[in-house]
Amino acid sequence: MMTVPLGDMLLKILPELGLLVLAAVLLTLDLLWRSRRCRFLGWIAAGGGAVVILLSLLFARPGPEPLLLWGGMMRLDSTGFVFRMLFVTGMAITALFATENEGICEHGEFFTLLVISTLGMTLMASVVDLIMIYLAFETASIPLYALAGFLIRDKKSVESGVKYLLFGAMTSAVMLYGFSLLYGFTGSTNLYEIGAQLSAGQLPAGLAVLTALLVTVGFAFKVSAAPLHFWAPDVYEGAPTSVAGFLSTASKAAGFAVLLRVLLVVYPALSSLWTGLIAALAVASMVVGNLQALNQKNIKRLLAYSSIAQAGTILIGAAAQSDFGVTATMYYLMAYLVTNLAAFGVVMVVGRAVGSDEISAYAGLSRRSPGTALILLAVLLSLGGIPPFAGFIGKLLVFGAAVEANMAWLAVVGVVNSVAALYYYLRVLKVVYLDRAENETQPLNMTSAWKAALVGCVVLVVVLGVLVSPFYTWASQAAASLIVY
Amino acid sequence: MIPISWFLIFSAALFCIGLFGVLARKNTIGMLMGVELMLNAVNINLLAFWAYRYAGQMNGLVFVAIVFAAAAAEAAVGLALIISVYRRRTTVMADELNLMKG
Repeated sequence: MMTVPLGDMLLKILPELGLLVLAAVLLTLDLLWRSRRCRFLGWIAAGGGAVVILLSLLFARPGPEPLLLWGGMMRLDSTGFVFRMLFVTGMAITALFATENEGICEHGEFFTLLVISTLGMTLMASVVDLIMIYLAFETASIPLYALAGFLIRDKKSVESGVKYLLFGAMTSAVMLYGFSLLYGFTGSTNLYEIGAQLSAGQLPAGLAVLTALLVTVGFAFKVSAAPLHFWAPDVYEGAPTSVAGFLSTASKAAGFAVLLRVLLVVYPALSSLWTGLIAALAVASMVVGNLQALNQKNIKRLLAYSSIAQAGTILIGAAAQSDFGVTATMYYLMAYLVTNLAAFGVVMVVGRAVGSDEISAYAGLSRRSPGTALILLAVLLSLGGIPPFAGFIGKLLVFGAAVEANMAWLAVVGVVNSVAALYYYLRVLKVVYLDRAENETQPLNMTSAWKAALVGCVVLVVVLGVLVSPFYTWASQAAASLIVY
Repeated sequence: MIPISWFLIFSAALFCIGLFGVLARKNTIGMLMGVELMLNAVNINLLAFWAYRYAGQMNGLVFVAIVFAAAAAEAAVGLALIISVYRRRTTVMADELNLMKG
């Protein structure tokens, strides 16, 4: 292992340090700007996100060889780099949706919690030590519990905060028990060393399977895969809408980052077991999510079940366990991040105007605000996997990976489920475009921050669906560097 | 000297009691206590392994310290959320927190 001088190591974690400074700046500005914080704190958080991305491009760009930093705790590779871009983009968009959002923007700590949670996620994607994985996991989760229950005057929000905390704490404790056994039987906390020992057969197969099952519980909760999905609809419905968007995208992507790394690095010896387990989770999530989504009346619950089904589709790429499978998973996560953030953004905008999240409240939206309706159209078609939007390419790659890995049956299940999912996406669009309402002449209130975030998301949805190759190259670099020892 | 297996069996039992507590209790504070039991089981596991097999290395001890700190943070946020739910709903029973369904 090469030793890296301290100054260089600090440069490599400059993006993370930047996030920490940003959190402190936001908290200070919250104290100083009593009257202006509602309008500007969100922009500052989003601008800070852009600076972090710039720092990451300038100083923390991974070389061709992965580099171990901080005594082997962290690994500088393309995987962490690409996921960091993903999380920080999600954070910036969420911060814009929270700008001038009554009930949220008066409390500057909202943005601080958001940034700290993002810091935890960027660490989740780049650390390779059990201790650091647990710490990063909790750094990402604990602020999210507080954010889900952030509207303390709202009955549903406080309830969703408690539910999220209890499920999250329980599943992370189960995962941690798996970590303690892994440490106990291998004597190491480094993922690569543990993986080497498991491959050498140091551990009886039964125990290895047990740790694999325990560890999966924590990850399946984070990505909201069935059977550990039942928190998602309640939490998404009760949490502030911008937080629900963040939970369903960045937090889910962070879960996949750790899942992929642990799956491919620690358990290559158990690959057939893992394939079966992940494929079972994928099928269960798709079927349960889609069936439950079919007759939802509340759009946030519909999007929650849809996000469970999407998690199932993304898991197909992980089940393939190949370079191509990981590439497909990463591409899907990028596409899904911008798509679902925009979906929750529209729900937030409409919810503030009509005061309801029922699907029936969307009647006449196309006359009320043709632009918003068009954005919803693009986003829901992308979620359904219709070209030329990003979701189509994501689904294509994931199903391709399944076929390549000789799991054509899984791809068939995925395609059937995608078709079923189109039904409930189109049902929403029917209400938006065909149904009439009395209030359809009143325009929607849109602030410039919300407009910027929505337009940015939709542009990315189309770009990811049309200009595939640069993003595909990123995803495949990330996939390649994940597997290299 | 007590064999290590005793510690491991004890911690497994403690873990199961904690998990049962989380799944079976109706009181959210009780559920949070169940989670704490599970985390304590993890700590006993880590310390037993460290003391019996890897006493020369630091990482087991560091792991335990981190688990302590994270568990304390989790309990603090958890109790804060439970207090805010009690203020709105005047109950801390999980089965009465049923505004959202479907």
